Amino acid sequence: MKEKLTSFWRIFFGDSARAFGTMSIIFLLLLAIAPAKNHFSEWRHYQKRYLHLIRGRADAVTLERHFQGGIQQIWIPEQQVTDRCTTCHIGLKEASLANVSTQPFRKHPVIPHSLTEFGCTTCHRGQGAATTVQEAHSASEQWEQPLLPAKYIEAGCGQCHLEKQTATPFLNQGRQFISSYGCTHCHTIKQADGTRILPDDDPPSLKHIADKTTREWVYAWIKDPQSYAATATMPNYHFSDDDARDVSAFIFTQSTLLEPPLPPMKAEATPPDPAAGATLYGQSFCASCHATQNAAGTLVGGNFGPELTGIGTKAKPEWLQDWIKNPQHYDPETMMPHYRFDDKQVSILTGFLEAKTEPDFLANVHLDPATPQQIEHGKRLVVENGCASCHEINGIKKPENFAPELSRIGSKPLNQLIFVEGVEHALPDYIGAKVRNPRAFGPALKMPQFKLTPQQINAVTTALLALTDRAQTQPPSMRIASGQQTHYEPAGQAGRLMHDLQCFSCHMINGHGGDMAPDLTWEGTAVQREWLVQFLENPETLRPALIRRMPKFNLTDSEINTLSDYIMTVYQTPEFDRDSLPMSQFTAASVEEGRQLFYSKFACQSCHIADFSKDKGYIGPALAGTGKRLNPAWIYHWLKDPQALRSGTIEPNQHMTDDEAKSLTAFLMSLKSGEPKKAMKK
Amino acid sequence: MKTALLALVAVVIFGVGCSRKSKPPAPLQATAIGAAIVESSGGEQIGYIGMPLDQPVVVQVNDASGSALVGAAVYFSGPAGVSFTPASALTDSSGQVTSTVTLGQQAGRYKLVASTRDSSGKKLDIVVEEVALGYQQTVGAQLNAQYCIRCHDSESTPERVSNMDNLSVKPHPFTEGDILNKMSHADLVAIITHGGAALNKSPEMPPWGYTLSKSDIAALVSYLRAVAGPPYEAGGLVYARN
Repeated sequence: MKEKLTSFWRIFFGDSARAFGTMSIIFLLLLAIAPAKNHFSEWRHYQKRYLHLIRGRADAVTLERHFQGGIQQIWIPEQQVTDRCTTCHIGLKEASLANVSTQPFRKHPVIPHSLTEFGCTTCHRGQGAATTVQEAHSASEQWEQPLLPAKYIEAGCGQCHLEKQTATPFLNQGRQFISSYGCTHCHTIKQADGTRILPDDDPPSLKHIADKTTREWVYAWIKDPQSYAATATMPNYHFSDDDARDVSAFIFTQSTLLEPPLPPMKAEATPPDPAAGATLYGQSFCASCHATQNAAGTLVGGNFGPELTGIGTKAKPEWLQDWIKNPQHYDPETMMPHYRFDDKQVSILTGFLEAKTEPDFLANVHLDPATPQQIEHGKRLVVENGCASCHEINGIKKPENFAPELSRIGSKPLNQLIFVEGVEHALPDYIGAKVRNPRAFGPALKMPQFKLTPQQINAVTTALLALTDRAQTQPPSMRIASGQQTHYEPAGQAGRLMHDLQCFSCHMINGHGGDMAPDLTWEGTAVQREWLVQFLENPETLRPALIRRMPKFNLTDSEINTLSDYIMTVYQTPEFDRDSLPMSQFTAASVEEGRQLFYSKFACQSCHIADFSKDKGYIGPALAGTGKRLNPAWIYHWLKDPQALRSGTIEPNQHMTDDEAKSLTAFLMSLKSGEPKKAMKK
Repeated sequence: MKTALLALVAVVIFGVGCSRKSKPPAPLQATAIGAAIVESSGGEQIGYIGMPLDQPVVVQVNDASGSALVGAAVYFSGPAGVSFTPASALTDSSGQVTSTVTLGQQAGRYKLVASTRDSSGKKLDIVVEEVALGYQQTVGAQLNAQYCIRCHDSESTPERVSNMDNLSVKPHPFTEGDILNKMSHADLVAIITHGGAALNKSPEMPPWGYTLSKSDIAALVSYLRAVAGPPYEAGGLVYARN
């Protein structure tokens, strides 16, 4: 063996010339490693496969001309984008490769952004500068942001688009859930444009809770809110029986009597007729906001106010009576309008709602009077769980920043998170798991369990993943502001009246309010005063197919005058003069021409009713009484460009000529028949 | 030398192949053998790419007499990117297997296969079709829900009453593939943009070209192509030979 080695040594290193030659060859081989590594690199393999793929195609010449070999890069310094993804994803811009099944060569789906202006990692994340599949797509210890899974891809859009976009349904939904489930009572979320996501779940004040309901009900409710109402947004804190007993004891100890106190129940001469209750409930359009479960178990009604299926089990009769009479007595900030019901109506509705009970809910609840120790323990639980973040509780201050701020949760470093078994070591999985079941991360965690479907969890996770460092630090020119609501409040007597009636719960005015009913910003230009007075007196529906309608508030004449004067004077568009198209311009001939246009050229009757005896379309409002309702200048400008007067309206812009719009206005103003009463009935 | 290199490459490929996590699922111990497999529910759903479908896919295995069979093994499979939870299972007490399906990353129609074996060992398949909407089709779906559905869908819900019966010429539902598939993209875009009257069709279809943008209308067309049944087959680009 030793001899062999010696002879081997002699052959290669026997003298200086041999040694020099051998070393030269070794160095040459070492030098060849780098080019060899380059030659066998992964991306070259994909480029070869691409060339192989296109060779047999009919459009090979075009595709080959577009093909550029070597490492490709999209470099956008101001957005910190250095993306080499196009090195392997070669066909991203080739229309003819839209249906190619082999990745990475398929065309990118149609999006409104140019790939070269935005890069890839801006939306998809991943490591842009990497040149291997593993490094580019996956997370490693040096790179924590892997590719965003497809189900959360809208989080990419949400970094710049803070507004509600048609194209991002899940992101919009997620943001809405964050508001409507009140996540931001505890978690602060500051968006890049400086706005905050605000909660809009309106949790009730508990200052006078003992006036409203019983301790037993509160006990059963905090044990499991969804067993009272499936639609409840209150989360489950998984309180033990003892904890729930003590929390309810503390809350009831802190409750003070309402000032002035609730009036006693009005004695009823005759028990209210249940049919009358259902009728009044229907006529007052309570179901526009409140849902109830019908006999078949389906929920009927809106989700704006709380579900009323078991309201009789929850609310004390005296409280319900007082609430229906004037909700602002109990809660000055409520979104529920102050209907001006007379005593008889109040009694009918109270009786009707008190009969809606869920006896099973309180079947096994028996609470003994609370001991001081229990109350003290209850107080500790209330403070520890941050109940006052959402609810007003006497003697407990609303905690500041009770839970971690989430403004940059989408870029949270993984070393700051504690993972549990069964959750993949990646941020999207962590957030999804945390939203799904927070207590899985430790029984001592305070975050309660929200009742969300898997789709809702995906949506919330998407919205949270959009809150990234990139979103916060990118140039402001990239951002599309969230378009949050203004704080507009009308002044004076009319303003107080509109607050009392809570018009803004449904109507939007000057950028403040709900979207259930039409925007009234320019209502004064649109309608005639006589019609408005009549409508406020007795709102007859304009859209027969809608189930959500304007309720009758039983206003007095002077209240109606105040409101009408205010609306007619203040809510005027600056775009045109409401008197710019006097009725004297319209001739019988123009009315006839308008009729022709209405029924033939524009086929308006497919969506609107001009004549109840023959038209049937009911997508838009009925137009039979237009001549008594609207102002001609408004109609004219509406017909010319509906979206200019009310953005988002679905009335199509038909690109009418001035003459056509004028004739149609003449025809519509000639419709003064009004709605026959029988057509209102079903 | 060449063989050594090839062997080396083979070893490397083998190693890479083995390092993947994908272990073949443990074979199911079927306690019964079915004679037929049928779809119970969950077909023809419209979902979104990369997202789980709203409803699970439920298939049922029947015996020769047509009654539900307990304990038959059902295997689900689909195109690349589709995942099933569970991917295989034995039929439950009602003879059914329920699987939650997450669609792949590409928009379009997905053919999912559920299979079982009969007594002769022959594979019995049932094909369930689902639609995945991509970005553009999702935009179209949203626009459809806002502008089109009240006339183009005969279904009514309490929130949305169909207007179809009020029209003198009934609009085509977007799922009506046998008619809409024959119309070219350009025709559909023209009708949506300019309205029915401009194309000698019913004026009850208004022109949307002044309300919706061109990309909105393209999105609507891609949506109705996606939901068409029978499915729309794209003609593709035609190039002259040489």
